[in-house]
Amino acid sequence: MKRGLLFIPLGLFIVLGAFLWKGLSIDPTKLPSALLGKPFPNFKVETLKDANKIATNTDLIGQPVLINVWATWCPSCRQEHVQLLKIAQKNKIPLIGLNYKDNRQTALNWLEQLGDPYQFNIYDENGMLGLDLGVYGAPETYLLDKNGIIKHRHVGVVTEEVWQKLKGMINE
Amino acid sequence: MNKFLTIILTVLSFNVFAAIDIYQFKDAEKQHRFQTLVAELRCPKCQNQNLADSNSEIATDLRMKVYQMLEKDQSDDVIIDYMLERYGEFVLYKPRVSGQTLILWYGPILLLLIGLIIIGLILYNRLKKTSTDKYKINLDQQQQQTLATLLNTNNEKK
Repeated sequence: MKRGLLFIPLGLFIVLGAFLWKGLSIDPTKLPSALLGKPFPNFKVETLKDANKIATNTDLIGQPVLINVWATWCPSCRQEHVQLLKIAQKNKIPLIGLNYKDNRQTALNWLEQLGDPYQFNIYDENGMLGLDLGVYGAPETYLLDKNGIIKHRHVGVVTEEVWQKLKGMINE
Repeated sequence: MNKFLTIILTVLSFNVFAAIDIYQFKDAEKQHRFQTLVAELRCPKCQNQNLADSNSEIATDLRMKVYQMLEKDQSDDVIIDYMLERYGEFVLYKPRVSGQTLILWYGPILLLLIGLIIIGLILYNRLKKTSTDKYKINLDQQQQQTLATLLNTNNEKK
């Protein structure tokens, strides 16, 4: 009985160790979206290219789409742009941009200079749609199913690796 | 030299002013609620800062949102729900009591109770030990008398 008690510290150490070990592999900057499994928030926002054209939820419904939150003030967005162009070329899934808290003219220049991978862009000037979506920093990418339900959120640069993962989810 | 210092300090102090946004409240109660809310809500972008402390773009937006909602006379619960819907439990520095957070809320009390029980057990065991026969001296009648006389003679000497 007394000898058994001596193993308590070892037991505690193993439990603590297991938790800390798990903690090492968790990235605290990646938050799960609160909207997973829920519909994309309602919106009525003008498009980037044409201020008279209003984009709404119906534009996202009918087939799975990728929504990419980007801005010209965001250096990582420039970094992922090449990958986005590649994705657009493959024509597997429509890529829709959400231009987040940006300047219209700067954004248009960006698309002209670097190429335009987007079917169209939602121009979220004051970031209110971003707020509804729970965006906390660009770039972010959302996968929506054909009913407009959010299936996945990726925070950070879309790399080839991330794209492969997304592709797997689209095929499901 | 003094002049130089003054210029340097003046230039540096601009940074300090830059981060302050000013919200005008009609009454002090709302201002108080605003301060509590921005202190208890966590900035989604910057991990270990609350909305009040953070300078990030999103924290500024969220502070603005809290202000607007307060001005619209919305209750604290509505404002917190609004944040929860968008950013999840993560934004609460004061998590709600739920299945997942039970251990956070009641864990310390539980540990305290366990500690008290252990102390109680240890004390109980010690008391039991001191009261066992090991320390009790059984004297028969004759021995008790001898003890009494010894004590008495001792006292009388004094």
